Amino acid sequence: MIKIQNISKLYKSGNGIETLALKDVSFNINDGEFVAIMGPSGSGKSTLMHILGALDTPTSGKYFLDEKDVSQMTENELAKIRREQIGFVFQAFNLLPRASVLRNVTLPLMYAEIPKTKRQEQAVKSLHMAGLNETHFGHFSNQLSGGQMQRVAIARALVNNPKLILADEPTGNLDTQTGELVLGSFQDLNEHGHTIVIITHELDVAAHAKRIIHIRDGRMVKDEINTNQIKLK
Amino acid sequence: MITSDLISETYWALSGNKIRSALTMLGIIIGISSVIAMVSIGQGAKNNIEQSIQSVGSNLIIVMPGAQRGVGVQISSGRGSAQTLTQEDANAISGSVSLAQAVAPELSRRYQVTTKGKNTNTQVTGTVPQYLEVRNIQIGQGSFITDQQSKSAAKVAVLGPTTRDDLFGANANAIGQDVKINNMEFKVIGITQAKGGSGFSNPDDAVYIPLATAQRYLAGDTYVSDISVKAQSQQVMATVQQQITDLLLSRHHISNPQLADFNVINQADIVAAAGSVTNTFTLLLASIAGISLLVGGIGIMNMMLTTVTERTREIGLRKAIGAESGDINRQFLAEAVMLTFLGGVAGVLFGWVMSLIISHFSSLQTSISFSSILLAFGVSATIGIVFGYYPARRASKLNPIEALRYE
Repeated sequence: MIKIQNISKLYKSGNGIETLALKDVSFNINDGEFVAIMGPSGSGKSTLMHILGALDTPTSGKYFLDEKDVSQMTENELAKIRREQIGFVFQAFNLLPRASVLRNVTLPLMYAEIPKTKRQEQAVKSLHMAGLNETHFGHFSNQLSGGQMQRVAIARALVNNPKLILADEPTGNLDTQTGELVLGSFQDLNEHGHTIVIITHELDVAAHAKRIIHIRDGRMVKDEINTNQIKLK
Repeated sequence: MITSDLISETYWALSGNKIRSALTMLGIIIGISSVIAMVSIGQGAKNNIEQSIQSVGSNLIIVMPGAQRGVGVQISSGRGSAQTLTQEDANAISGSVSLAQAVAPELSRRYQVTTKGKNTNTQVTGTVPQYLEVRNIQIGQGSFITDQQSKSAAKVAVLGPTTRDDLFGANANAIGQDVKINNMEFKVIGITQAKGGSGFSNPDDAVYIPLATAQRYLAGDTYVSDISVKAQSQQVMATVQQQITDLLLSRHHISNPQLADFNVINQADIVAAAGSVTNTFTLLLASIAGISLLVGGIGIMNMMLTTVTERTREIGLRKAIGAESGDINRQFLAEAVMLTFLGGVAGVLFGWVMSLIISHFSSLQTSISFSSILLAFGVSATIGIVFGYYPARRASKLNPIEALRYE
């Protein structure tokens, strides 16, 4: 359960100019939801993602993740939240080059200090859930196609069994067909009960979610249930 | 992050760019190996010099003529050329210094020594039978100068093995043959055993004749060039030295010890003096090598800074999936320390091989001490920490959001 209450974010640039990236945003996301946060570039959706992902804290307002107030946490406490509660999927995949698929997926478990014997097991499980089979496990990440890379990234986001999976333009570097495959994986995961938030500027992508939150100029302008959800299965 | 993960991540990061890691390590390898090799050369030289001083004899005190100085007169004749010691001084020492085990006055000078068709320029030492005991010399063939020959100023000579080889050919039988010293014929009565000394005052390249003979026929006066005294043990060296000084001061009627016309030199003092020279020499060599170690360390820092920049996005990702600043800091510090540690191990091995090669191809017996290896490891680990600290800190301070956006 995620509660965002009156969140604002103020950036100060080096020469003293202040930019209000988020203005008084409030919403709740329940467990098991599939939400798209949509807005044009510069709308503040990335800032919102950073706050949701515990990479940053708001200037004012509260963010509760499972009743815990994340908005006041120190850097190391935020890192612990990211380690245990959040899985990230990035537009540029951000896989480690020269590292096998398995090594990439087990990386979050290393920082969470999960015993080595359990890591492999958990990684294989989440790779299967992301739609990859054993033939790819030993491959280096630069030997994979874009769609496969993004599914490795999804498996990596899943591996610590997070409360929330955050995807920042997950199809931005993929062609439409491969993009559909990746979005299909997210829908799959949502069917299995995972909470998913996708940040995007494309309506086509947002249309795959069950709920769409529209952001413009740092304000939430619309929060709607997507009645025309594109179902891929 | 547990230790085994830290090691495996470090290995992964360093093996990702093998050539760069190897080149960076090369700086440390060269630095450490040259420190090891230089120190081993210094130690070898020190041992060499100490051995050659010890080979002259043990518990040895040497009385040398010193400058004759008048009150207020600074001009003095050079040590060694002064003629202030006599055989009577030597007799007085052996008579009244009871802790002196043996006393041997000598008169040494270089002469041309010839046989039929061959000649050599060597040290001719006029001395007494006690010389054998004082200088730890063994007779190989024949006999040394006897008391009788000493008193009668017989024209007999004992040759060192090197001199024998020079004059008669290698291992030739020289006993009973004649040699000419300063155009006077001497009969060879013995050959000393090789001592294997080298460098200055080589006891194998020498001719020994009775002291009285040297004084009467070669020098033409009654002075001696020095008196060697063997103390009964290491512990009484200082006492013996003091007793000799007091005795000679009273015999030479000198009341102010500052004006003594002789010097009493303790062998330990010579060893210490030579030791301090070689220590300075070793320090000099090691500091030059140390500079290359410093350059190697800067190379590590340079590489680590490049790596941090190149891997900015990776650092951002690691932080996004939950790495704390401390984890990132440890990871990059571990990479620098691993580089210097491996470089240190390779450097010690390489330096060891170098010093073996030097030992093999030169007369210098190099020696590697455990402490210099320990020092090399300490220094290389410290270099890793010092030069890895700044890049690691920079990596750990990166903002994850900006790092993930970095192109």
